[in-house]
Amino acid sequence: MKKTINLISATCLVLLISAFAIVKAPIEDGYKIGDIAEDFSLKNVNGKMVSLADYKDAKGFIVTFTCNTCPYAVAYEDRIIALDKKYAPKGYPVIAIMPNNVAVKPGDSFDAMQKRAENKGFTFPYLIDAKQTVYPKFGATKTPHMYVLEKTKKGNVVKYIGAIDDNYQNASAVKTKYVENAVDALLIGKEIEQTETRAIGCSIKV
Amino acid sequence: MKLKVLFIAILVIASCKQDKKAIELVSKDALNKETSEKIAQNDIDLEIYDYKGFEKFLNKKDDNIYVINFWATWCAPCVKELPYFEKLNKEYKSKNVEVVLVSLDFPHLYETKLKPFIDDKNLMSKVIALNDVDMNTWIPKVDKNWSGSIPATIIYKNDNKKFYEQSFSFEELEKEVQQYLN
Repeated sequence: MKKTINLISATCLVLLISAFAIVKAPIEDGYKIGDIAEDFSLKNVNGKMVSLADYKDAKGFIVTFTCNTCPYAVAYEDRIIALDKKYAPKGYPVIAIMPNNVAVKPGDSFDAMQKRAENKGFTFPYLIDAKQTVYPKFGATKTPHMYVLEKTKKGNVVKYIGAIDDNYQNASAVKTKYVENAVDALLIGKEIEQTETRAIGCSIKV
Repeated sequence: MKLKVLFIAILVIASCKQDKKAIELVSKDALNKETSEKIAQNDIDLEIYDYKGFEKFLNKKDDNIYVINFWATWCAPCVKELPYFEKLNKEYKSKNVEVVLVSLDFPHLYETKLKPFIDDKNLMSKVIALNDVDMNTWIPKVDKNWSGSIPATIIYKNDNKKFYEQSFSFEELEKEVQQYLN
């Protein structure tokens, strides 16, 4: 009898766990290369709402999902600032979006984001995806996670997804600057050689 | 005569007591030795690999079940699930399950963060460090579907391999491993 009860509870446990496993399945659907990225309206650290449509003169965007707390994101902060300084005047501004659930990561709270943006002198908007609805559309899984968009008549087309470059540890030892190569190609109307790259990052906290 | 017996009895009792003390002392010493050896071992034992060197951990064909977990001390969900991997390693060791914890910590923090962490948490599973900056080359080799976020885990036995870009509970982990046991 006891054995039967044990068996039943074990079965229940397995069922319960598999139910959770389904719920916890990672988001795999997101933009692919060539997809049109939907516009969004997210709050910037200065309190104002920002949309891609606000950038009338932009040729495209360097969208980065990043945050205060991930060491990889921090390692790339200066390089993200440099990207904006180099490419905003050429029509490709950086738009940074913080996707984490701040209840899980208090270090990424709106207050903390404001402080970070001020201390580091961010020259680009640092937006909070407070409802966590934008990053799943992009299919971002981690910070930092980069997307290069090209503005066309059809909308903002996803042209590059992945890492900034091939050396997170040492900016001066970088061999290939993936994002720069992608934007450079777009600026002169050439095909992007590497449209997707991978890098280690911190999983987005839900 | 009576006195002689009493004397012997006292002697026996006293020596017993002393023996016990001696045993206690020995075991205490052994324990201390064990602890200090463990710390020393952790100090020496951090193997550091580039991807080429690390690849062998993903391709063993010795009928054992390998649970390869990619983690880092700065990754909160990774640290949260470490005890489950530790428990798995302990409880399933006799069933030829081996856990390998692959740290992706920054190399300049190996001494100040990773090694003290291994000591503090008293990690018993094998911990190795993977240091290879060319991530775009090696991440797809680990698994073509890995976007690069951690925690991530591979469970395999010979050529039968499964990849998980997710966090685990102990029960989930156990369930996945059991598929290889039957």
